[in-house]
Amino acid sequence: MDPKLISIIGAVLAVAVGSIAPALAEGRSVAAAMDAIARQPEAAGTISRTLFVGLAMIETMAIYCLVIALLLLFANPYAR
Amino acid sequence: MQGSPLTSTVLFHLGPIAITRPVVTTWAIMIALTVTSRLVTSRLRTQPDGRQAVLEILVAGIARQIEEVIRKDARPFLPMLGTLFIFLVAAALSGVLPGTEAPTSKIETPAALALIVLCSVHYFGVRARGIRGHLASFAEPKLIMLPLNILSEVTRTFSLMVRLFGNIMSGGFVVALVVALAGLFVPVPLMALEILVGLIQAYIFTVLAAVFIGAAAGGAK
Repeated sequence: MDPKLISIIGAVLAVAVGSIAPALAEGRSVAAAMDAIARQPEAAGTISRTLFVGLAMIETMAIYCLVIALLLLFANPYAR
Repeated sequence: MQGSPLTSTVLFHLGPIAITRPVVTTWAIMIALTVTSRLVTSRLRTQPDGRQAVLEILVAGIARQIEEVIRKDARPFLPMLGTLFIFLVAAALSGVLPGTEAPTSKIETPAALALIVLCSVHYFGVRARGIRGHLASFAEPKLIMLPLNILSEVTRTFSLMVRLFGNIMSGGFVVALVVALAGLFVPVPLMALEILVGLIQAYIFTVLAAVFIGAAAGGAK
């Protein structure tokens, strides 16, 4: 098979499969934060700041997949 | 359609050094921020006028956020983190101007900013605990954690860089794709979303830098 075709399929798989787990994790953390804010509205500032930092950490996993996909598409050493 | 997001356009050469578009944009942002700061802080009074009131709200807001994260007096950290935040906001907003790209959407600028954060973490750590105390903090809670602590220094700097680059770059890329596919006014909501993402990423980058500095300076105890 053509290496370019393989790397395109690899990039698609990296983004498609790699974004499933971060999506589930972000959904869970936002749901938990909503729950906590509903119980304790006076702590909303602290909770939402921690939520943003945590979401950034989780989102990094998805961004790693995106970077791998970009490397495959634009800087692939095997498909010159 | 733009080219690869991993390379950047060379505008001109300064001797042997190629000057790329993000570098020129960064220079423009630096000049604009410096001139604005000089103008705004030139005539400070105890009775603030409108301009100075906005400035005070901004600076006091950033200082309060830093204090809530680090749980220490924010004044030693305010120049570094405040400048970082304002530069990141300006960089993200420069991405929606016609003819420019956000300098943070190329990998070099986030790499430089993450290195600045890495250096300042160790600077503030050494200043707060002394060089022996700072080195000893790598062997916490046990000596066996030393390789993992050193590894986490590298990976968190790398993830700071990749997070900022990935978020800002993917926004610009999606807008360029939609322009190529659909036409002139279709990507306007996406660009609005990009402004929001840029502001959130500036906030996250600054808060994470504050968290790392706070952990190194021992403020969380």
